[in-house]
Parts: sequence; C-alpha cells; structure tokens
Amino acid sequence: MSWSPPGGRVDTHALGPGSASRAWRQGGVSWRGLLGPGADSGSVPVLAALLVLALVFQAANPHFLSADNLVNLSLQVSAIGVMALGMVLVLLVGQVDLSVGAVSGLAAAIVAVGAVHQGWPLAVAVAVAIVAAGVIGAGYGWMFTRVGVPSFVLTLAGLLVAQGLQERVLGSSGSITLPFDSPLVRFSQQSFLAPALAYGLVAAGVVGGLGLRLLERRRRVLAELPVDPLRPVLVRWSLLGAVAGSATWYLNLNRGIGASFALFLALVLAADILLRRTRWGRSVRAVGSNVGSAHRAGIAVRRVYVATFTACAALAGLGGVLAAGRLAAANQGTGGSDTNLTVIAAAVIGGTSLFGGRGSAWSALLGALVVGSISSGLTLLNLDAAPRYIVTGMVLALAVTVDALGRRRVNVADR
Amino acid sequence: MTDVMREPAVIALRGVSHAYGAVRALIDVDLDVRAHEVVAVVGDNGAGKSTLVGVLSGVLVPDTGEVVVEGQEIQLTSPGLARQLGIATVFQDLALCEHLDVVENLFLGQEIRRGPLLDEVAMEREAWHLLGQLAVRLPSVRAPVSALSGGQRQAVAVARALLGEPRVLVLDEPTASLGVTQTAEVLNLVERVRDQGYGVVVVSHNMTDVQAVADRVVVLRRGRLNGEFDADLASYEQIIAAITGAAPHPGEGRS
Repeated sequence: MSWSPPGGRVDTHALGPGSASRAWRQGGVSWRGLLGPGADSGSVPVLAALLVLALVFQAANPHFLSADNLVNLSLQVSAIGVMALGMVLVLLVGQVDLSVGAVSGLAAAIVAVGAVHQGWPLAVAVAVAIVAAGVIGAGYGWMFTRVGVPSFVLTLAGLLVAQGLQERVLGSSGSITLPFDSPLVRFSQQSFLAPALAYGLVAAGVVGGLGLRLLERRRRVLAELPVDPLRPVLVRWSLLGAVAGSATWYLNLNRGIGASFALFLALVLAADILLRRTRWGRSVRAVGSNVGSAHRAGIAVRRVYVATFTACAALAGLGGVLAAGRLAAANQGTGGSDTNLTVIAAAVIGGTSLFGGRGSAWSALLGALVVGSISSGLTLLNLDAAPRYIVTGMVLALAVTVDALGRRRVNVADR
Repeated sequence: MTDVMREPAVIALRGVSHAYGAVRALIDVDLDVRAHEVVAVVGDNGAGKSTLVGVLSGVLVPDTGEVVVEGQEIQLTSPGLARQLGIATVFQDLALCEHLDVVENLFLGQEIRRGPLLDEVAMEREAWHLLGQLAVRLPSVRAPVSALSGGQRQAVAVARALLGEPRVLVLDEPTASLGVTQTAEVLNLVERVRDQGYGVVVVSHNMTDVQAVADRVVVLRRGRLNGEFDADLASYEQIIAAITGAAPHPGEGRS
C-alpha cells in the first residue's frame, strides 16, 4: 500500500522522519553549508566573484583592500544596497521595477527641498519622501493587479513621470545643497558605530542566531525529526562569527562601521526573517514560483503584488534619501543614468532570479558589494565611467546566464 | 445504496449556470455530494467538467445558481473561502509551487505559526504524519517539488487537500498523467479517503477508473446533466450512451 515512484529511488532513501538522516535544506557538511544562515547555493558564485574582484583590484592597486577604502566602499554601497533589497522583493514575485533610480531621485529632491527650502523638520522631510515613493509603488501595484499592464512598461512610464516630478520639485536651480551640519549628512557621512557597540552587535547576532538554531534543533529532536549533525552547525557559526568579528576589527582600524551601512545590514536581516520565516514571505515566494497555484492555494495574490511594489518603491525612496545625505546634495542627476540598471544588476548578481521564486535578502548585500567593488576598484585605477559600465554589464550578463542555466536545470527536472 | 441516498448532502450545487462569452459551459446543473461516497462526474471534452471543478473550488463564481454547504447558501468567491468551508480540490495541474519544498507546499496558505513566525518544526512533523497516513513515500519533505516524480507530486497534492479535515475532496482528472501502477495507487487512495468519511468528487473521462471507484456516476453533456447512474447497476454502454448523447431519455439507467 505504498506510493512508490518509478525507478525505485525511494528504496535507497530513508522513508520516515527518524531515518531521513539529512533534510534537503539543512545540507550536509558541503561547502554550501559553511556559508552560514540565509546562504543557499545561489550565493556561492557571487562569493567567488567577490574574492576574484578583491584579488584582481588588490594586485592592481594595493590601496583597494585598505581599511580606509573598505570603509568608503561600505558607505558607497548602502544606498544602492537598500534599493537592491526592494528590487529583490519585486524580482521574487517575478516582476521588475525599472523606475527605482528615478523614484530615488524624486525622494532625494523631496528631502532636500523640504528640509532646506521649506524648513520642515528633517524627520518629516524623510517621511514625506519615503511615503511619496511608496505611493508610486502602490500605484504600480494597483495598475498591475487591476488593469493587468505589464510591470516593465508600467514602471518605464513611471520612470518618466518620476523624473519629471523630480525636476519640478527641484525647481529652477536644479540642484540643492544640504548643509554639512544636517543630521542626514552627518548620518550618511560621519556617523560610525562605536567599536564596543559594533563588537557587541556582532557577538549578540552570532550568539543569538546560534542559540535560536540550537533551540530549533532541540525542538526537532523532541519531535523526532531529522537533525543536522551538531559539529558542522557549530563550525559554520564559529566561522561566521570569526568572519564578522574580523571584518569589524579591520573596519575599526579606520573609521569603523558606518551608520548607513549598519542600517542597510539591519534591513537585510529584517527582510531575510520576513521572507523565510513569515507567512507573508512564503506567499511572496509562492506567487513568484507559480501565481496560479498560489491563487488556488488561497493566497491573496493581488495584495502580495501591491505590497511588494510598494515596499520596493519605498526602499528606493529610502535609498535616495541616503544618497542625498552621502552626497550632501540633491540634483537632477541623483538616481539618474545607470542607477536603475546598477540596482537590478546588484539584485541579480547577488543571486536573485529574474524569473521569480528564487532569491534571498542577502543577495542585495552580496550584489551591492560586487557592483560597489567594481566601481571602487576602477575609480582607484583612475578609470572613468566607461570601463565601469562595461565591466558591470559583463558581470550582469554572467549572472543572468548563471540564473538562466539554473532555471533550465529546474525545468529539466520537471520532466 | 438507499441509506446513503437519504443522507443530506454535505455540499450541493443548485441550478448552476456559467457562460464564457457566448459559450454556455454549464446550464442549470444540480449536484449533491454526500459523506462516504464517491461521485464521478464524466463527460466528453467540452462537456463542462472543468467549469464544474472551477465552481466547486471557488476559482469561478457562476453566473447563476447556488452553492449550498451544510444547508447554507454560500457565495464561493475565492479558493481560500472554499477551503475554509471544507471543500478541498486537487487540480489537474496539481497547483503546486515548484520552487517550494514539500512542507511549504502542503501548508501553503494555511501555515502553522508560533507567534508571528512560522513553526517549521510543527509543520514538518504534521507533514510526515499526513504522508504516513496516506502511505506516501518521499525521500525528503524538504526537497523542492521540482525534484519529485509525477506520482510523488500527485501524492503531495492529495495530501495537501486532506490537510485541515475537509468535508469534500474534489479531484480533477487525477489519473490523467499517471502510469498504470500509480493510477492504481491513486484509486486506492480515493477509496481510503472515502472510507475515512469524506465526500469525494472525481472528475474524469477515464471510464475504467470511474467504474473502479465511483458509487454514483453523473454525466455532463454540453453543459447539461445528461443522466445519473448507480455505478453498481449501470452498464458501461449506458454511461457511454449518456456521454455521447445516444441515450434517448436522460436518467433512464437510474436504479
């Protein structure tokens, strides 16, 4: 009375909870298991790419891996990374937002005009900028779910609208400088975590994460479910702690961990928990994987689309605010030229699939580090934007190729 | 059979009609589903079988007619609502998400939570329990569905439908894509589910399967009911005649 698949594959495998020694996801002692929490096979190529980039640029210019340059790098990637995090959400449901650059520029303009010209309190200006961006995203979600306009056309139209609004908000001068004593500028340029706080957060993160992991492991043991062997778990987390600790130490040799970078990391962590551990996150992945199935499983598909478009645009707005703080200015170029494609590139290079359903919040961090390293490394070599476009474009093409090959493998397995 | 017939219907359709533009897919269809019985809905291609599944599962809201659940007239406006009311559907394409693993698919839309977060341990334990009850064998419940065979996927889809104690199980062409052995397994599964007290609707155009498991056979032809048969008494020829329209009087094979 058993339901055995053809090929007898089952017979060689464990058949019950007690005997299935190793759950699929938990992985064994493979290289992929060493990457720590949130890492899946998608992060391996990008980690390799980061390593290669670091070695190449270090060989070309010994300043690249200096603490000073890495601190700069971390500050530079915060804005792009926050925007890439929003892009990950939209890509996960199988859509795309091509207007994040323009929306971030609009948000930057609103903050600058609000805080400098209108004299709003900074917090109000930031809130208005992010809400305005979110409203644009909600509009995309509404148009997409109610009218059925394809998202890439819809957001291209939105790009033009946002660019026009940005110019209108900036007014005749076209450029507004934020004063250097503005809290936003100080936050983005000069605020760093105190070393004690940085180490404390790293320790709390690693100990807390490992503790939760062990607690869950214990619950699995009590429930007689398969568990990972203990040692690789411990090795993995100590490795993660060592990497995070030494990175903190190295950055602390210079100015330390920037407040904006810490904010970005916190957002990535929150998004990761949201995506992997909540009902909402699961519905996002389900919609991206197969929208018809998700609908028939009772998921409110429209609400998921609207939420992801809104979150993406709001994060783009936050990215624009951070960029304005970092540059101490908002102008017509903020969020312009290659920002859109850099953000999409960061999300895809980080390992989030363009085809929906596959990806993680961490890909925003990894991808932003890759595009940031390329930009920083080429700047150190005194090269202008042209080679940066070419290299980033080629890395993006490589990432999309890896993505498409991975997808083909899944489809072949379907048969 | 008569004692079963007297039982009130768990779920019933009353005068359901639905049209896609000018095409009338269902015309004034009545259907009763009782506990402890397997109702087979048969018909040729285009007879309205899939539309009927759509109405029962909440995917389609019919133009006219009522869905009656436990004596209450209900508007089935979404698959989630149908599910809440105890109508679980196994769709022909199974409606699984390929990137999600078995546990994630089983609990999709009805996850167990612990506070605000998902309780993976409880869900995984429940998944093993459920799959064990159905005697389903899988290498791992954490394998993505894309890594499973057709039969295993079918099993996961049935297991998902049985989660949360539904009253009625609707299966749309459950054996269409399966081999001989797997078909037999699915039919066994249908009988096991019936014996556990569920009402089962099997939509199929495979007469062999229908004769193997059905207690009652309802024939659809061009969107209309074209006969209802007791599966033990009706002959193969009678049912085929009703499907093709050769039967002069609908329902003449009724016991």
